Amino acid sequence: MSADIIGTYAVAFCLLIGSFFTIVGVIGLLKFNTPMSRLHAPTKVGTVGIGMLLAASMLHSFVIGQTSIHELLIMGFLFVTAPISANFIAKVNIHRGDCETPPSPLQDDTWSTLNTPQEDRKNEAAGQ
Amino acid sequence: MKRAFLWLVPHPFVTLLLAVVWILLQNEVSAGMVVFGIILGIVISRGTSIWWPNTPKSFRLDKMVTYSVMVIWDILVANIQVAWIVLTVPNAKLKPAWIVVPLELRQPEAITVLAGTITLTPGTVSADLSDEGHSLLVHVLHTDDPDAVRDDIVNRYQSRLKEIFV
Repeated sequence: MSADIIGTYAVAFCLLIGSFFTIVGVIGLLKFNTPMSRLHAPTKVGTVGIGMLLAASMLHSFVIGQTSIHELLIMGFLFVTAPISANFIAKVNIHRGDCETPPSPLQDDTWSTLNTPQEDRKNEAAGQ
Repeated sequence: MKRAFLWLVPHPFVTLLLAVVWILLQNEVSAGMVVFGIILGIVISRGTSIWWPNTPKSFRLDKMVTYSVMVIWDILVANIQVAWIVLTVPNAKLKPAWIVVPLELRQPEAITVLAGTITLTPGTVSADLSDEGHSLLVHVLHTDDPDAVRDDIVNRYQSRLKEIFV
């Protein structure tokens, strides 16, 4: 019986931490004023926020005796896919010029997002 | 024999990973599911191998495990730091910065893991790769010393990844 109670408290603890980081992520998303800073807020929600909520779900399944490890898969898939979407949003920001121009790379000519073909650059210059 | 094995299993780790994911999806371990998972792993990795011709030559699984544990610990620590920044530092005092990380890794898989690690660690987002792949552009949310962040990434993650993808 006491194991049940400890388990329930552990689930509640995980839920609290998870929801705390989720709400901090939301506050960050609303508070920051540049697109690149805003991008930092969801990465927090995507790691510890979701991670703790899934840990709570897993613990709860142990407590009620229906062992479930699907949550590990959800975590794995999230950790693999979240950086891709963040990277694409960052690339869009660079491409549209919504952020400060990044410093030029050390050895190469330019960043791959800014590396438009020569004829496109002429078209852009002519259009403006 | 070895050539036949390599033809059948071009990416052994992918095959293993797919089998494990299949077993996890079933939520229970039984002999039939293990066999079916291995069949799926072989069929999928064989079917998609045309789009992934260059297999990483060597991959140290043991070092990858310690690396993952270290990254999870870093994520937890960085989360608390960034939560503190979000709640206490006003927008006007925020010091975001671009940093350029020189890449010593050459394999695409290794660069992907490094960029993913940087993005998963709160406070840093990997934004772009230079056109010939010699440096990585990283955006930092709030830092007083951008060079220290760059050195941290190079020493902490890149040097370990160089040992994993030899």
